[in-house]
This record gives sequence, C-alpha cells and structure tokens, in this order.
Amino acid sequence: MIQVKVLGSGCSKCVKTAALIESVASSCGIPVQVEKEASPQVMMQFGVMRTPAVVVDGTLVHAGSIPETAAVKAWLGGR
Amino acid sequence: MLSIFTDLASLLVYTLAGLSAESRLGQSLHFFVEDTTKIFFLLVVMIYSIALLRASLNVEKVRDFLANRHKFVGYVSGSLFGAITPFCSCSSIPVFLGFTSAGIPVGITMAFLLTSPLINEVAVLLLFSLVGWKVTVLYVAVGLVVGIVCGLILDLLHAERLLQPFAYKAYQNAGRMDPQRGTPAALSLQQRHAFARQELMDILSRVWKWVFIGVGLGAALHGFVPEAWFEQYLGSGQWWSVPMAVLVGVPLYSNATGVIPVMESLLLKGLPLGTTMAFCMSTVAASFPEFILLKQVMQWKLLAIIFLMLLLAFTLVGWALNVIYLF
Repeated sequence: MIQVKVLGSGCSKCVKTAALIESVASSCGIPVQVEKEASPQVMMQFGVMRTPAVVVDGTLVHAGSIPETAAVKAWLGGR
Repeated sequence: MLSIFTDLASLLVYTLAGLSAESRLGQSLHFFVEDTTKIFFLLVVMIYSIALLRASLNVEKVRDFLANRHKFVGYVSGSLFGAITPFCSCSSIPVFLGFTSAGIPVGITMAFLLTSPLINEVAVLLLFSLVGWKVTVLYVAVGLVVGIVCGLILDLLHAERLLQPFAYKAYQNAGRMDPQRGTPAALSLQQRHAFARQELMDILSRVWKWVFIGVGLGAALHGFVPEAWFEQYLGSGQWWSVPMAVLVGVPLYSNATGVIPVMESLLLKGLPLGTTMAFCMSTVAASFPEFILLKQVMQWKLLAIIFLMLLLAFTLVGWALNVIYLF
C-alpha cells in the first residue's frame, strides 16, 4: 500500500489533487491510501511553501500546482 | 489605443441598444461594457506576457535571497518581492513558515505578505488603464511604504515572541535544519509558455467574478448616485471621512481587481483621492478571512497589532493625500 499525503490548506486545488491521485491509482489498479494534511507543522517539516504539495511514502515529490496525470502515474508506478 | 473600448461600448449601448447617453441606465451600461471588455482584454494579454518573464521567479528563490540580507535591505526587498512574486493567498501560511524557519525576521516576512495582495501586475495594469499613471504610481508607492513601515515596526516590537510556539521555535532553530530544496534548472521557452498559460487560467478563474462585481458596483455608482450627494457629504475631505472609509472597507472583502473599477467610479464622482485610496486599500489588505488564517501561526495579540497598524496606516495615508491634493 502506497501512502500518499496531499499537503494544503484545503483549497479547491488540494481537493482536486487528492481526487486525481485516487482516480489514477484506481484506474491503474494500484492500492493507495490518500490523506489530506492541513497542518502547518507538517508543511514546514517538508519545507513546502507552495500548495498543494504531494508526499509519496514520506518523500516530497511535488509542490505548487495540481500535478499532471503522467507525473502521478510515475510516482505510483515507478517503484 | 484603449479608446477603442469606449467606442465599442458607445456602439453597443447607444447605437445598437438605442439607449440615451443622458440616461442613467445608458451611462451605467456604457461604463460596464467599456470596463469589462477593456479589463478582460488587458488581463489576458498582460498576465500572459508578464508570466512569461517571471516564470523562473518563485517563493523559494525569494526566501533564499531574503535569508541573507541586511535587515533594512530586507524590508524594502521583501515588500518589492511581495509585489512581483506570483503567489496565491491559500499559500500564505506555508510561505510564512518557510520564511520564518529560514530565519527571516517576522517584519520582513510580513512586509512581503502585506504588500502581496495590494500590489500585483493585475492591479497595476487596471489602475494604469482606468485612472491614469499618476494615481498608479502613488498607489504602488503607498503600498510599498505601508509594507516596509509595518515590517519595521513589527521587528521593533519583537513580533517573533508573539508567534505560535512551534513557529517561534522554528525561527530560533533556523539554519540548523535544511529542508529539501528543489534544484531549479534554466527554463526553456516551451516551459515558460506552459507556465504562462497555466498562470493565465489560474488568475482568470480566480478574478473574473471580481471584475464583474467590481465593475457592476462601479457602474451603478456611476449612473445612479448623483454627484451632488458625494460633494455634499464627502467631497471636501472632511477629516472623519477617511477613518470612516477605512472602517467601511474592513468588512467588505475584495481583491484588488474588484476594487479598482469602484475606485475609478468614486474618483470620477469627485471623492477625494486620499479617502478613495484609504477605502480601497482597507478593502483589499485588511480582510478578516486572511487574518483568521494567520491565527494558525500567530497569537491573537500579534494579529490585533498588525490589524490595527494597517487601519492606522491607511488612515494616515488618506489624510496625507487629502491634505496634499486639497491645496
């Protein structure tokens, strides 16, 4: 199970990002657990200054926008 | 060049729709059509071209630049970067913490965050095309100075002690931890284009409704509120009209895009510049929703200090401009 965290204050872009990751994962048949994380401490811990940001299994992979579908596939499949 | 939009509005409203240029409805509609067409045209052209130029500027770079500056240079550049860095208000908390944990003083961070909503390329552009270059220059200058002065005062008050404890700790520990940093490569023209297109869609989807609301209000004022009313009650810059304008602006929340058409209309009606400016800046910068967000990283006392400082600053600016312009 891949653990994905979407970091963001809960704005519409963060919601869309989480939904995108879930839909990509289910269309590829990859089991993921997507969590939304709004805590400022967590964002600071990862050094994130632009949201939405994406953390996959504890590693920051993206910040500042809704990611491209291809990028999401790479994060989930590239392991 | 921009008079083409006046002609377009005249053609649509007076010639095709047959409304009289003397009627209230005709004047309001003309104002509305002229401003909305002009604003959307300028927004598309300018956001895209400016985004092309600044594609490689981001908050991470600003942080790294500010982290190593002398304090005084820091306030000025913090305020300047606030004006030109692309940044959405839903990122203000992570930006605040990113700056703070890099050891940037609270005053410089706040200079950045306070200037940011007031001055941006869209606001400058609209001001320039709707009210002319003099007011534009003045508006930008006032916005920068308010950011710089408020930042300076916050550091004199040692505002970092009034942060939430975890943020204060991060400030004290600055430099000891090294957050992951991206390594920015030089951007190709294609990447710049992609960024600019994304930026254009982002900003347009965020501001289009404010354009309609702002221009709609401006148009209604323009056509339906008689000039005599403004002259009689507010026209001579009565001293109390400035603090009142600031207070009225607080519960009203708009971004700069929405408030500038209203500003145009108020100025056309003969409202003194200082009163108008105070009202508009208070509407844009002193908004409750954004301040409540900052509660996550600041204690109430600091929030209250910043809020009152802003209200005071806008009032002083309004008075000063009124005095200068009345003589």
